Amino acid sequence: MDQPAAEKSKEYIRPLPGNWWMKKKAYSLFMLRELTCVFVGGYALYLLILVARATDQAAFNAMVNSPGIIVLHVIALPMVIYHSITWINLTPKVLIIWRGEERVSSTLIAAVHHAGWIVLSIVIFVIVRAIAGT
Amino acid sequence: MAKSNEPIWWSLFSAGGVVAAFFLPITMILTGFAVPAELISENGLYDLLHHWLTRVYLFLMISLPLFHWAHRFRFAVADLGLKDKSGMLPVAVYLAAIVGTILALVFLIRL
Repeated sequence: MDQPAAEKSKEYIRPLPGNWWMKKKAYSLFMLRELTCVFVGGYALYLLILVARATDQAAFNAMVNSPGIIVLHVIALPMVIYHSITWINLTPKVLIIWRGEERVSSTLIAAVHHAGWIVLSIVIFVIVRAIAGT
Repeated sequence: MAKSNEPIWWSLFSAGGVVAAFFLPITMILTGFAVPAELISENGLYDLLHHWLTRVYLFLMISLPLFHWAHRFRFAVADLGLKDKSGMLPVAVYLAAIVGTILALVFLIRL
């Protein structure tokens, strides 16, 4: 709808340059955290392709031993681990636990989840190694 | 309050975030490093992949992280100052996650 110029809103919209996230370390780390999703999604896509190839043992073997695939894992793993760390750091924000009158410290809640993540990873590794080990 | 699909996408984003945080790093170590390092055999991994429990696991590892990506990526694009002129970005990312989920289901059942 066309409004007369005088009635148009004069509110100031602060321009936000596209590189705002380079200005401060905290902003850059935020952007890095948000961009971990590309590697999380990328790995899910890899799993999908791996599953699609898993009807043929030779194609599957070639894929898991391919140097290119290993390089992609080397690049993506640190980003996915960064997702894990930042995600688990947020657990105290959604999990509020009271022990009597006292609120359980957010550091403790996050630490327990980090420890749980490590233990769970080791358990999965040990189980898979027991089943599929060399 | 206006009706919105937001809670559905946010829940899937969140579920994907949890699953990715706790399970993806070790899964990546298993698929990317354990075989070349000869900690697990490719034949053993191949057989394990066909177990029904692993297939359920892989379904969750594919579908939920895709929805996590879709939701976060969409907002990251906006945060980077990139304009979604056509307005199709949300549709495109969620549709990609839905298609990925369906394909995962098809491939995993077929195994």
